[in-house]
Amino acid sequence: MAAVYKFKPYNVGRWVIWSLFALVLVLAPLVFTSNLSVTMLAQMGIAIIACLSYNILLGQGGMLSFGHAVYTGLGSYMAIHALNAVSGGKLNIPVSLLPIVGGVAGMGFAVLLGWVTTRKSGTPFAMITLGVAELVFAMSLMFSEFFGGEAGVSGNRVAGEAFFGITYGPQIQVYYLIAVYTFVCVALMYAFTQTPLGRILNAVRDNPERVEFIGYNTQRVRYIAFIIAGFFAGIAGGLGALNFEIVTAEVVGAGRSGAYLLFTFLGGATFFFGPIIGAILMIIAFVLLSELTKAWLLYLGLVFLFMVMYAPGGIASLIMMNLRVAKFGKLRQIWTSYLGLGLTAIVMLAGAGAMIEMVYHLQLNSALGDTVKFMGATLNAKSLDSWFGSAFVMLTGLGLFELARRQFARDWGEIQTDIEKEIKRRETAV
Amino acid sequence: MEFFIISMLNGLSYGLLLFMLSSGLTLIFSMMGVLNFAHASFYMIGAYFGYTLSGWIGFWPALIVAPLLVGACGAVFERVTLRKVHPFGHVPELLVTFGLSYVVLELVQLVWGRTAVEFPPPEILRSSAFTLINHSVNGLSLVWGAAPAEMCSAADAAVRVVCSPFPATRGFMMLVALLMLVSLWLLLTRTRIGLVIQAALTHPEMVESLGHNVPRVFMLVFGAGTGLAGLAGVIGGSTFVTEPAMAATVGSVIFVVVVVGGMGSLSGAFLASLLIGVIQTFAVAIDYSFLTLAKDMGWALSAATQENSFAKLTLSQVAPILPYLFLVLILIFRPKGLLGTREG
Repeated sequence: MAAVYKFKPYNVGRWVIWSLFALVLVLAPLVFTSNLSVTMLAQMGIAIIACLSYNILLGQGGMLSFGHAVYTGLGSYMAIHALNAVSGGKLNIPVSLLPIVGGVAGMGFAVLLGWVTTRKSGTPFAMITLGVAELVFAMSLMFSEFFGGEAGVSGNRVAGEAFFGITYGPQIQVYYLIAVYTFVCVALMYAFTQTPLGRILNAVRDNPERVEFIGYNTQRVRYIAFIIAGFFAGIAGGLGALNFEIVTAEVVGAGRSGAYLLFTFLGGATFFFGPIIGAILMIIAFVLLSELTKAWLLYLGLVFLFMVMYAPGGIASLIMMNLRVAKFGKLRQIWTSYLGLGLTAIVMLAGAGAMIEMVYHLQLNSALGDTVKFMGATLNAKSLDSWFGSAFVMLTGLGLFELARRQFARDWGEIQTDIEKEIKRRETAV
Repeated sequence: MEFFIISMLNGLSYGLLLFMLSSGLTLIFSMMGVLNFAHASFYMIGAYFGYTLSGWIGFWPALIVAPLLVGACGAVFERVTLRKVHPFGHVPELLVTFGLSYVVLELVQLVWGRTAVEFPPPEILRSSAFTLINHSVNGLSLVWGAAPAEMCSAADAAVRVVCSPFPATRGFMMLVALLMLVSLWLLLTRTRIGLVIQAALTHPEMVESLGHNVPRVFMLVFGAGTGLAGLAGVIGGSTFVTEPAMAATVGSVIFVVVVVGGMGSLSGAFLASLLIGVIQTFAVAIDYSFLTLAKDMGWALSAATQENSFAKLTLSQVAPILPYLFLVLILIFRPKGLLGTREG
């Protein structure tokens, strides 16, 4: 029996966390008031729903899907068509409920397509979702009445009657709509993990054979989970349609599906809150990083590779491991190693980054001259000095990093064994 | 008739190219259980290596050296990353190759630019392998190489002559693929290393305890599989177009091939490659829709049906989705795949 510490009659810890989450959602646009940050916050809300819905498949069901954008994207299309119907007076539902339309659409398509995809699990499942995604994307270029061809479908969210003066004209009103949906959807998806279905889904991920033996149909469990994920994905898509007021074929594309997978994994698929971190990173990467450097996709791919190899639990697992260390009061022993690790890593990455940026500069905008601005320094992409300097910085960083890493690995191992001992001691004490 | 023959040959050559890719993918999958998501990326690297090397040492040496280099890259990748995540299970392995496909795409764009490069086939392959001449009086005849102009035009206006050339690159593609197929089959069934590979497929522990280095066999298989992709890349790149999008175009189709053929079945992959190659080539060439069909049949259609975008779609417009439709149908009616043995 796992000892779960519970306050009675209320689980105070849970109330505190959820209230804090609501508070952050409410206060965020008051702290970051610029136009750019409000748009980014709105996109983060949407991405949080999308990544969490993706994690129902990846993290909780062990289903690696390469086609999640199909459900968010088709949800977007249905929502924008419904929005246009509302503007045209053909449909009479409030704009605030349009994301639900997207959600129902996403669910409908998940019912239809999920029946084929969830017949398999593991690697074949991944390939089939890829095939279905390609199918839908190829169709989007074919049926221009529904998908709007190259130009996409656009709409105007100021439609229908204003409700208490809320017209959704200003971005801030849309943000709060998204915030409400985000809060409700995150709560619902968390609740889903606690249901018997959510639990059996975890069992299907870990050991499908035993689940079959205790009398469950694993295929049906996967199918139902897929439909639920499709519903939330559709809500994210519907919110996206309201936020951008335009939907193009790119929303069902492979790039979008890949991004959901990448960032859900980076955030951490093994913990419920991991995808939230991933979603926030996704928007930061798409909006800010892509402005900062041309090589951002390369950096992203490399970070992903290293993450899969060295921290398969994503950022969330790194946080949880350090929380465990902190809980046992051992963080003080290790913070110097962290400092060394961080500093040497920065030196190494600065050198490598300078070289990558110079290559990109030579390849893409050599017409603008030979100089590159990188972290405050001006480098000449065609001079030997810059190259030699960057290589020197990188190699020095690499050498020092390796030293720091060895020290860190030793410390970390010691602390972990200490913690194991401590846990055993406490168990015997009880 | 000549349309049928030429389209059939085009389809077969495309199918054989697909097989060059899917054979490596199947080999790696059945051996290590790893679905190499970056397989098409190795195909792309092969094309670009071939492009660069053929500028330095000529096409024919590049045809041999580029696949070897690609295979070496693949083996190094297996050694450095895949072997590390192997204990974590199949999903992380798939994710590593997925990440690699991003990195390779960016690196290729970094080194060779974002637009297509000009990678022409060598002089000898630029002409046609043979030409079919359909003479309305003399019937069908075949001329090796390009047909002289006077054979393709008749002095008499009443006589209709149609010349259909078949490009030599396509013929070369078929030749290489068939050679590869035969040598792969001989290697797997007739040689010692082939027997070790086959044994390591099913009983890795046993093979290991008999003194063979199974991880090294895995590395070799991965290198060989990616090398085959590289070979396909050199040929495909010079026949079609060498651009950063080439991996994405062919990548999803080879996954369809592997699932349709049956996961891990080499003969299934062969059959599925040819089927999909032929179907796609024919579909692109046929300009039929429901509307033309209805007209030919003499059915009366309402005005609304005639404006229906679904009915107006021609088969050539539908061609890109046919492989995926095929995939869905196979999964519904034969989940194992055409020649597959394993379920699930």
